[in-house]
Amino acid sequence: MDDVPMGQLPPHIQLQRTRVFCASDAPTQTENVQYSGAYASMGVDNSFRLEDFVKNFRVEVVRLTEDDMEFDMIGIDAALANAFRRILIAEVPTMAIEKVLFANNTSVIQDEVLAHRLGLIPIKADPRLFEYMSVNDTPNEKNTIVFKLHVKCKRGDPRITVKSDQLEWLPNGSEFQLVTDNSNSNSNSKPKTYTSFSSSQTSLPEFSENSIASKHDDIIIAKLGPGQEIELEAHAVKGVGKTHAKWSPVATAWYRMLPEVVLLEEVEDQKAEELVKKCPVNVFDIEDVGKGKRRAIVAQPRACTLCRECIRGNDWEKLIALRRVKNHFIFTIESSGALPPEVLFTEAVKVLEDKCAEVISDLL
Amino acid sequence: MVIMKAMGMESDQEVVQMIGRDPRYGALLLPSIQECAEENVYTQQQALEYLETKVKRFSLSCGPLEKEGRALSIIRNVFLANVLVHDLHFRPKCIYVAVILRRMMEAVLNKDAIDDKHFVKELITHGLERAISTGNWDVKRFKMHKKGMTQVVIRLSFIGTVGHMTRISPQFEKSRKVSGPRALQPSQWGMLCPCDTPEGESCGLVKNLALLTHVTTDDEEGPLISLCHSLGVEDLELLSGEELHASNSFLVMFNGLILGKHRKPQHFATALRKLRRAGIIGEFVSVFVNEKQKCIYIACDGGRVCRPLVIADNGISRVKEHHMKELEVGIRTFNDFLRDGLIEYLDVNEQNNALVCQYPFICGVKYKLVPEVYHNVHISPCGFKNMHFGQSSLLLVAQKHLCVCVNILLLFFLMMWHICYTKKICTFSLFTLTQLWFRQKFVEGTKVHIFETTGSKVHIMIALYEGEAVPETTHIEIEPFTILGVCAGLIPFPHHNQSPRNTYQCAMGKQAMGNIAYNQLCRMDSLLYLLVYPQRPLLTTRTIELIGYDKLGAGQNATVAVMSYSGYDIEDAIVMNKSSLDRGFGRCIVTKKLTVVNQKYADGTMDRIIRPQRVGRDAERMQILDDDGLAAPGEIIRPYDIYINKQSPINKEFSVNSPAGLPDSAYKAATQTYKGPQGETAVVDRVALSSDKDTNLCIKFLIRHTRRPELGDKFSSRHGQKGVCGTIIQQEDFPFSERGICPDLIMNPHGFPSRMTIGKMIELLGGKAGVSCGRFHYGSAFGEPSGHADRVEVISETLVKHGFSYSGKDFIYSGITGSPLQAYIFMGPIYYQKLKHMVLDKMHARASGPRVMLTRQPTEGRSRDGGLRLGEMERDCLLAYGASMLLYERLMVSSDPFEVQVCRVCGLLGYYNHKLKASFCSTCKNGDNISTLKLPYACKLLFQVNCDRVVTVTVHIFAFYLLCSITRVIGG
Repeated sequence: MDDVPMGQLPPHIQLQRTRVFCASDAPTQTENVQYSGAYASMGVDNSFRLEDFVKNFRVEVVRLTEDDMEFDMIGIDAALANAFRRILIAEVPTMAIEKVLFANNTSVIQDEVLAHRLGLIPIKADPRLFEYMSVNDTPNEKNTIVFKLHVKCKRGDPRITVKSDQLEWLPNGSEFQLVTDNSNSNSNSKPKTYTSFSSSQTSLPEFSENSIASKHDDIIIAKLGPGQEIELEAHAVKGVGKTHAKWSPVATAWYRMLPEVVLLEEVEDQKAEELVKKCPVNVFDIEDVGKGKRRAIVAQPRACTLCRECIRGNDWEKLIALRRVKNHFIFTIESSGALPPEVLFTEAVKVLEDKCAEVISDLL
Repeated sequence: MVIMKAMGMESDQEVVQMIGRDPRYGALLLPSIQECAEENVYTQQQALEYLETKVKRFSLSCGPLEKEGRALSIIRNVFLANVLVHDLHFRPKCIYVAVILRRMMEAVLNKDAIDDKHFVKELITHGLERAISTGNWDVKRFKMHKKGMTQVVIRLSFIGTVGHMTRISPQFEKSRKVSGPRALQPSQWGMLCPCDTPEGESCGLVKNLALLTHVTTDDEEGPLISLCHSLGVEDLELLSGEELHASNSFLVMFNGLILGKHRKPQHFATALRKLRRAGIIGEFVSVFVNEKQKCIYIACDGGRVCRPLVIADNGISRVKEHHMKELEVGIRTFNDFLRDGLIEYLDVNEQNNALVCQYPFICGVKYKLVPEVYHNVHISPCGFKNMHFGQSSLLLVAQKHLCVCVNILLLFFLMMWHICYTKKICTFSLFTLTQLWFRQKFVEGTKVHIFETTGSKVHIMIALYEGEAVPETTHIEIEPFTILGVCAGLIPFPHHNQSPRNTYQCAMGKQAMGNIAYNQLCRMDSLLYLLVYPQRPLLTTRTIELIGYDKLGAGQNATVAVMSYSGYDIEDAIVMNKSSLDRGFGRCIVTKKLTVVNQKYADGTMDRIIRPQRVGRDAERMQILDDDGLAAPGEIIRPYDIYINKQSPINKEFSVNSPAGLPDSAYKAATQTYKGPQGETAVVDRVALSSDKDTNLCIKFLIRHTRRPELGDKFSSRHGQKGVCGTIIQQEDFPFSERGICPDLIMNPHGFPSRMTIGKMIELLGGKAGVSCGRFHYGSAFGEPSGHADRVEVISETLVKHGFSYSGKDFIYSGITGSPLQAYIFMGPIYYQKLKHMVLDKMHARASGPRVMLTRQPTEGRSRDGGLRLGEMERDCLLAYGASMLLYERLMVSSDPFEVQVCRVCGLLGYYNHKLKASFCSTCKNGDNISTLKLPYACKLLFQVNCDRVVTVTVHIFAFYLLCSITRVIGG
């Protein structure tokens, strides 16, 4: 191709490389071109360069609240963005109730179901302060958080609802005593319980002031009728979402590619108004060009949900192009409460770092 | 003729008059009259004697015969037993026989006059169905023997129970492969559900009632009979045979018996109906004028099915707006409507008398009756080319009523509608078509006859909606979705589905896990399946609300993505999201009941339950026992755990002086151990003490097991689309949408084209719109015109308003690669049912294990830890392939290998003496020519069994060949 200078891609190929085309029937050009020599014939080097990445990569935080954040990740590959998403869902650890010891449960809700419900309650405790508990470990203050739940609905009282704020943290570990055969042998020592805490968790500076509890205090655990009682101990341990969704630190984490809406031709007057009306999320707006002429403009492409309403119908697809920018990710993290979302993301990056380090060390 | 004479009709002329004077009838009767003359039967006495001879020929009964003779008693008691005979007064019976004969001859002469047999059948079926007794029924007089008159109510699911309550089982055997009784009868319209019938042998025989169907109870006959007389019915006794068939008057049949005649049938029927509407006679009394037979049928007996309809005067509904308002406020109830004559019950007969117009008037084509009797509609898969009328307006219908019309069946359905809108063929013709459609007998190119029965003889016309009523209309349908039953009523948009799918769902809804009843946790069912977190369907129907399925649901709203994923979703398998399962999707509780009886014995001794051993051999297995010797509720029970520490006396036969003071040594352990799946943790839910019918102490344990879905568990949507869980995938590998929505399960799109369940697609759309706008959407059958079902256009508008595509297809990112998928994915919530078939209850494998004593081959069946059989056909395959060593291994080594000693001289089996370490032939009395041979034990058994039958089997051994020859020693 003579008209295209060497070392530069022709515009249509450049567009295909960097954009996803969202036509009305199906999206096309969804894949990233990974091969370094893909454009060698045009004199373009498609290989990944770290310095380029460092130069181009940006993170812009759009919204940050206690539980959720939205930020833009620009100049990154879908594979990497996805890696962070996957790690957030499955590999960033949290604390969750894993073992429930029932002393009494006369409620209508079955033991297993109650235990399952307790497991899904998000616990506000920094998992970085705890260790994983492996099969042979005894539960101690470094790997286990113990909660107690003892609720009773007296006879003659109205029905009560047990909520997550009734879970009581036991910083000294389990209060249930282990039944042992030779209990009289060392009667002077502490009675053996289901955990072996060497010190109270309150002695740790992190927990001395703010105690460990459920993130939300209004999660319904069970309902008790008159005369029913629940007495149990719940042991929370550290784990990852891969094992069970209860350890997932996020409600969900996902990204979407930045929408790009392009008017291929001028859309004027009647048609412009029609277009503005068509879009349910107000992507388009009308601009006066003078002489009583008005034309449609793309006001907020970021709002586009890709409902394809604007390209539905006869010739609209010729006027409007819906695209997605392949290297611009609008990332959303909804934290379930153990850690703030921004910390979760840095944790995810750390997990990825560790994985890379592991691969490197394995290769060496 | 002989029978007529036997009943006292001695004059031939009288008989002929009674039947009718038409010469054609006479001609048909002539052979019978001639036969009488030949047999010398002229008087009643002669006739009875003649019959007597016939009776004795096949009756061996030697009981004390009555004086009047057996023939007379048969005629009196058995022959047409429904007509009562007082003091040998046979005249009513004679008239009845005459009418029957006339009908028969009419049928011979004119095919059209044949009644629909169905009505009679229905009556009997319901009569018996309603009867409640213990065990089987025996009616000796008719030598009747009926099974299954009472059934135990199915309590496996709420829908199963309700469905079972509406079931109608036939009394004849299912084995016959006739299609006649299985077909959907036109008279069943509105009474029986057209969808709900089982598949297989009882298809079409077992039926279910429609939603509004009512089965009548017996009403008092006496007052009604005297009322009929005072309304001008002339008594039968006063009429001569000639008058019986007078053309100007109608015969009045009362509960199947002839009551008399009436000269003004329409007048009489109207009068009776007015009385019924005024509430003076029972609401279930039916009045049916049959013009063809010149008969008025009045019925007040029990066991008829009937259904309520709104009465219309000159096409104007009697139910006015203010009535409906009063109903809403609660001032009025259904019974008030009935009492005030706004609504009445019509039974099958009276409905048949009706001119029913069912469908809304929309096309702008003027309503008029079609003069032609038949229309031929030719259907071809390419469209409507061969259709004889109304193509352009059909398309109009298509656009107006259904957006999604994608297949020929749907178009066919539309066409049916169209026919009904424009040409107004009455219900029954429509129904014939529906029947064809429902039963899938419809094949391309079939000619469909649309019967026009709206001629001059039809009198009641039922309009579906007020807008379409015409002056001739007498009734308006309450709601069209009520033609479906309870089970079919759960399906959203069933009128958009291929009909067999609805039938499949009707069967499957009964297997869905969910809530059983409000007292489900207090029950002690022998087997109970419960869902941990049952939900109310996002897409409901009016039927669901009416029967309370929204309060006792059996399923969960799953976000479904219709796409292929991983290859583990072929053949209807579904891919499930592991995180969804972690969070409780499809989790269920299975409880089983174990019963132990503390037996009392004849000698006064009884079993006892004792304190468990806390130390010693059995201590570990008795861990879950309380001090009373019974398993404690809340304990985890594992296989081989003892759940009751029972002992029974060793000696039960002999009487002991003091049964209570039996020493401990007189008891032996009779503990019960739990046998459940290995590695599963079941829990003792409850223990109940009761007594059985012999006042023995009866201890019942409820064992509960909570299960999360696993590979191979069966799931189904509400559209007959069942599938097993093919694989469980981590959430991070699952695709996600622009809004971060991750599906709960993935369904393969290949499930759609051949199944044609458009209803499921609309359910998905409606569900998606429902969660977006926060309103439950509706999908009642045929409900779009009346607002009981949301239209697809409206649903699509809602979707667009909330930023979704109108088509329900989302832009999806792959969870594995992170880049968008190259297709928009149809995704949204669909109500999924978990069916009771779970792998845990079915999976089975064994290496070596128990064997059958007789043949020494492995046992059969999962319950006996049996082997997996390599059957004849599998054997044939291996044989054909030539895998002889494999065959040898399968059929012999792994089955029942056995070593025998064979005598080479006599060919008979010998034995091996272990003491002398030598083989010996007992026939030859030596051990010189013994060979050792490997045989299947079953083969050796065959030889010996043959020897028992005096057939000697000898084995001749050559170098490498084995040859069996069978010698017959003695005959017999």
